[in-house]
Amino acid sequence: MTGTALEPAPGRPPVAVPKPGRAPVRRRAPLVALVPALLGLAFLVVPLTGLVVRAPWSTLLERLAEPEVLTALRLSLLSATLATAACLLVGVPLAWVLARTEFPGRRLVRALVTVPMVLPPVVGGVALLLAFGRRGLLGSWLDQTFGITLPFTTTAVVMAQSFVAMPFLVIAVEGALRGADTRYEEASATLGAGRWTTFRRVTLPLVAPGVAAGAVLCWARALGEFGATITFAGNFPGRTQTMPVAVYLALETDPSAAIVLSLLLLVVSVVILASLRDRWLAGGSAA
Amino acid sequence: MTHPTPATAGPALDARLTIERVGFRLDIALSVAAGEVVALLGPNGAGKTTALRALAGLVHLSAGYVRLAGRTVDDPARRVWVPPERRSIGVVFQDYLLFPHLSALENVAFGPRSHGVRRHRARQQAAAWLDRVALSHLARRRPRQLSGGQAQRVALARALAVEPTLLLLDEPLSALDAGTRVDTRAELHRHLAAHAGGALVVTHDPLDAVILADRLIVIEHGRIVQAGDAVSITARPQTDYVARLVGLNLYRGRADGHTVALDDGFKLTVDDRHHGPVFVAFRPAAVALHQYPPEGSPRNVWQATVTGIQHHGDNLRVELGGPLRAAADVTPDAVAQLRLAAGEPVWAAVKATEIRAYAAAEADAQPEGDR
Repeated sequence: MTGTALEPAPGRPPVAVPKPGRAPVRRRAPLVALVPALLGLAFLVVPLTGLVVRAPWSTLLERLAEPEVLTALRLSLLSATLATAACLLVGVPLAWVLARTEFPGRRLVRALVTVPMVLPPVVGGVALLLAFGRRGLLGSWLDQTFGITLPFTTTAVVMAQSFVAMPFLVIAVEGALRGADTRYEEASATLGAGRWTTFRRVTLPLVAPGVAAGAVLCWARALGEFGATITFAGNFPGRTQTMPVAVYLALETDPSAAIVLSLLLLVVSVVILASLRDRWLAGGSAA
Repeated sequence: MTHPTPATAGPALDARLTIERVGFRLDIALSVAAGEVVALLGPNGAGKTTALRALAGLVHLSAGYVRLAGRTVDDPARRVWVPPERRSIGVVFQDYLLFPHLSALENVAFGPRSHGVRRHRARQQAAAWLDRVALSHLARRRPRQLSGGQAQRVALARALAVEPTLLLLDEPLSALDAGTRVDTRAELHRHLAAHAGGALVVTHDPLDAVILADRLIVIEHGRIVQAGDAVSITARPQTDYVARLVGLNLYRGRADGHTVALDDGFKLTVDDRHHGPVFVAFRPAAVALHQYPPEGSPRNVWQATVTGIQHHGDNLRVELGGPLRAAADVTPDAVAQLRLAAGEPVWAAVKATEIRAYAAAEADAQPEGDR
C-alpha cells in the first residue's frame, strides 16, 4: 500500500526543479549573433526592396494591363491551380500510403518522392522530356498509339509544375497524417465504417489543415516554377509562357517589364504567405 | 443492425482470448449473456484494454476465438477474422474519441449512417438517442464544447446507436472528476440495464464494477484470478490485489485446526477450523493498536512498526511492518494518544473471531505479492 511516510523518504533530497512552462528570461541578443542575423535579414530584404524601388510606378497600371502580362498571369494562375488539383488527386493517397501502411521499400519510395525537391528543376525538365517527349519512354507510345504529344503544350506546363510541386504537398499531408490520432479511425471502424468511409469522413477532415497548407505550398511552388517549365514546355506566349518565364525573357528585351512582372509575382506570394501564416502554417500538422 | 441474429444463437459474447506479446501473455475466457453486464476488473497492465481491443477487432488474437451471438468473428486456427466494422459491437473509449469535426448529433448519427441508414433517418435516430441521454439541447455542439460528463454520454449514445450485440466500455468513468462521476455512474447503470445486448465494462475501479456489473471478472497479469458476483468476491478474495480492492488484510498459509502458519512463518489463531492451504483475511478496522502489550481476550498479539499513516475516510490507516505486514484503521484520537509516527513501535492485536479463514483453491494462480 502506498503509505504516506511521515518522514521524507530517504535518498530523495528535495531538489528545486524549475517549473515547466515558466517563461525564460528574455535577454538582449549578443553582438556575435546580432551582426550575422542582421546581415542575413538584409540579404533577404534588400533585393526585394530593390524590386520595389526600381519599379516603374508612374506607368505601373498601364503596364499591368498589357495583354502579354495578363496572358502570362492568367496562364500561371490556371496552370498552378490545375497542377495543385492534380497533385491533390494523387498526392493525398500517396501520402496516406506512406503514412499508414507498411511495405518493403517504403523508405525508398519516400526518398524518391522528395527527390524533385532537391533536384535542379532544369534536370526535372530534361527528365520529363526523356520520359514524355516525342521520342521519350512513354511519349513515343502516347504519340504512336493516341497521337498525343505532350511537350511544349499547356499540359506540359502543368506536368512540369506538378513534378516539382507535388513533394511539398505529399510531405505536408504525410506529416499531418502521422500527427493525427489513428484511434479516431479505430472508433470509426467500431461504428461500422469501412476504410473508404473512414478516410472520407474521419481521416480527411482531421488532416484538412495539413492538406490545405500542403496545397498552398504546392500552389506557390507551381506558380514560381521556371526551370522544368521552360525545358519541357518551352516559351510560347499564351500557351506555355508563364509569369516566371515571361520575367526571364523580358529581362533581355524590356527590363522594366520584367520588374513589373516580378512585382506582381511578389505581391501574389506575399498575399498567400500572409493569409496562411497563422491559420495553417503554424499549426499545419495539428489536428 | 446489419447482423440480425436470432436471440437464441448463443450468448452475446463467448470468447477465449490468447494474445502473446514480448513479455506479456493474455489468456482468458469470457462470456456475456444478452442483457448481462460483466465487469473486467484488474490493475493497470493486467491486459484489460488489450482484451477489449481484441473483442472489438482492433487487435489480432494469437489463438482462441471470439463469438458474438454465435457468429465467429475471430478464430486464427480456422483463419476467420471479421474486421471491426463488420462486428456487431459498440465501443465507448476511455477518452471517448468523439470526432472533433462533427457535432454531437452527427457523432451519434455516424454509426447508423455507416450501417447504411439514410441521412435523414440516421439523424432522427441520433436525436432520439441524444434525448435518451438527456442531451437534446446540446445536439449541435462540437465535442470540445461539451463537459466531460456530457462527452461521456454522447460517446455512450454513439456506441448504443448501432444497437450492438456487445457493448464494450473502456474505463468509462475514469476521465471524469469525482462529482460528475457519481451522477454519470448512476446514469450509465440505467442505460446498461436497458441495453438488450451484452455489455463488458473494463475498469480498475471496484466501485464502478460493483455498481455497473452483474458479474465481476478479476484479471491480473493476463489471467483470470477470480470471478463471480460482488458478494462472493468481496467475501473471499483470492489475491492480494482483490483484498486491497475490498479493503482487507489477506494472507496465505497452511491451517492446522485453529492455527494458521503463514507462508513467512508467522502464526495466527483463528476461529474457523481448517486443514491445509487457506487464505486468512481480516479488516483493517479489526486491528487494535496499543502502546503496551494488551491483556485479555485478543488471541493474536504482535509487536509491529509503523511504516506509514494516511487518511482513510474519517479514520487514519496505519501501515504496519514487522513480523506481519498489515493495515490498521484507527481514529485520529488514537493516533494522537499513542503518539504514532513512522518508525515508532506499537503493539497490534486482532481477535480470533475477527479473522476469516477459507480454503485456498490449489489450482488457482498463486496470488502475487502475498504478504
